[in-house]
Amino acid sequence: MYVAVKGGERAIDAAHAWLAEARRGDTAIAELSVGQIREQLALAVNRVMAEGSLYDPDLAALAIKQARGDLIEAIFLIRAYRTTLPRHGVSTLLETADMAVCRRISATFKDLPGGQILGPTFDYTHRLLDFKLAAEGSVDPAPTAPADLDPVPHVMAMLGRDDLIQDEPAGNDTPPDLTREPMELPASRALRLQAITRGDEGFILSMAYSTQRGYGRTHAFVGELRIGMVAVQMDIPELGFSVDIGEIELTECETVNQFKGSKTEPPQFTRGYGLVFGQTERKAIAMSLVDRALRWKELGEDFTGAPAQDEEFVLMHADNIQATGFLEHIKLPHYVDFQAELELVRHLRREALARQEAAE
Amino acid sequence: MMTATTAMTDYNFAYLDEQTKRMIRRAILKGIAIPGYQVPFASREMPMPYGWGTGGVQVTAACLVPEDRLKVIDQGADDTTNAVSIRRFFQRTAGVAVTEATSDATVIQTRHRIPETPLHEGQILVYQVPIPEPLRFLEPRETETRKMHELEEYGLIHVKLYEDIARHGQIATAYAYPVKVEDRYVMDPSPIPKFDNPKLSGNPAIQLFGAGREQRIYALPPYTEAVSLDFEDHPFVASKADHDCDLCGAANSYLDEVITDNHGARMFVCSDTDFCRVRREDGYAGRLGASQGDQ
Repeated sequence: MYVAVKGGERAIDAAHAWLAEARRGDTAIAELSVGQIREQLALAVNRVMAEGSLYDPDLAALAIKQARGDLIEAIFLIRAYRTTLPRHGVSTLLETADMAVCRRISATFKDLPGGQILGPTFDYTHRLLDFKLAAEGSVDPAPTAPADLDPVPHVMAMLGRDDLIQDEPAGNDTPPDLTREPMELPASRALRLQAITRGDEGFILSMAYSTQRGYGRTHAFVGELRIGMVAVQMDIPELGFSVDIGEIELTECETVNQFKGSKTEPPQFTRGYGLVFGQTERKAIAMSLVDRALRWKELGEDFTGAPAQDEEFVLMHADNIQATGFLEHIKLPHYVDFQAELELVRHLRREALARQEAAE
Repeated sequence: MMTATTAMTDYNFAYLDEQTKRMIRRAILKGIAIPGYQVPFASREMPMPYGWGTGGVQVTAACLVPEDRLKVIDQGADDTTNAVSIRRFFQRTAGVAVTEATSDATVIQTRHRIPETPLHEGQILVYQVPIPEPLRFLEPRETETRKMHELEEYGLIHVKLYEDIARHGQIATAYAYPVKVEDRYVMDPSPIPKFDNPKLSGNPAIQLFGAGREQRIYALPPYTEAVSLDFEDHPFVASKADHDCDLCGAANSYLDEVITDNHGARMFVCSDTDFCRVRREDGYAGRLGASQGDQ
């Protein structure tokens, strides 16, 4: 059926055309390729994969290009694409203990089996703008050493041997899927972790920071932070065994939290956990602090009213796609509601002024 | 595995896959079985932002069949930008016929209004809902408000209405005015002006409410009673601007106020553009109707 073209339709078409042109920018400057974004803006790509809940560096890079570098918009593109993908199955448990680490540090032990590996970190760089980069020079290759093939066991496992840290028994339950079932509260820890790992980096960071400043303090140390590649395996029923279907880069953080014991638990160290796609260190550390703060109930601690302890507050506000959509929707037309409010305020004013006059 | 696709895109008919539609239809059926009750559903991430009608879009997608004729309005108008965008989405992904005529439509998706033209049996009216919980601004916690609905504990909202009267002499809620459905659930009718509230009750059409971000669907089956909350000595009043439409002269339709110059001159026009157009075609004219009506 024919629909008359009206102002709204023309405006939308023109806006989209303008957007496409603005996205490209000055055509005298070479266009960015998706490969360039994937390789040279890898940390942005990682964030988009983590919060988009889809491990695909090429698609994430494409989304960043399409979104003009607006990472939340890029995450949105990935999320919307992800919903349309079929589910082929579920992987077996990832073995992060077998990670091929490129970075692995512990703040609680000076040295430990597997060693401390700084890896490609900004940590000890001096934050001075490097004007050489503006000249687009080539980079000297980094020094290399033969890979150490010894296992790199989890630091927490070593503490666990002495019962000094709260035990976290393995379970066989299939975790719930936040993207396939509505969120129901109270949430299990698995669901909480799922929500936090795809939650907005800025929100999770600020929540974690608030615990450090005393709003639900958890006395956290980074027991271990590791980044590297982990194999993903899937059981293939036709074969009767599991096969590697690929590998993904992960950042895993485990915090050791001081704990003097509670009504129900003996004095021991407790844990916070963070696991995020890609090299996403800030997010993984923040995630483990927020995870620990949310565990007050199961550890028999007091609820002090801190925002980071409040499961409903954290889980219902962590998702930046939900948040930005609802925030920005207030720029949509609201003239009907506004008109209703106008009439109400006019009415209330008339009555208030009449009362005032009567009093005078 | 092959899935049915429309000619225009690689997506399934009306975008959502059939499994998802089935999940949403179950939620809709449950909502219809328990009028006014908010059914949790696994809202999907849609290719438009949360807060922009993703709940309504999912409900519409789950209801649409190829024979449907779809009308989409925002603020009562067919040509507001977001209505255009949503209508185009379904034209692209479902290829259904679209219309601006309220009485010709089989499915109407709306934001903030109920059409002035009475609906008839067989029509489906789909509302976009931002905050489905009528108690939310009295109690921010979902865990608490669900309990309040379970226990039919609605004292808080009556206290709020009473406080309005004590402070302002009247109930100071102009839109999203809560209703009680079949004497059981208190329901948020979405941010429609309270002028539209009487149309909720006893309506021959199926009324479905979709809140995407909040993952809730609820419904009013045909001819369901929905009573606006009030007090005996302060009865509910469906108010609107005290004018007639300047284009079509209608005295009983909801009006938008349009500022026409820098000196504060105003005109009032029907918010329901289809209703206004039909009246003008039928020869009705308002104060400015002759000069501005036929642009």
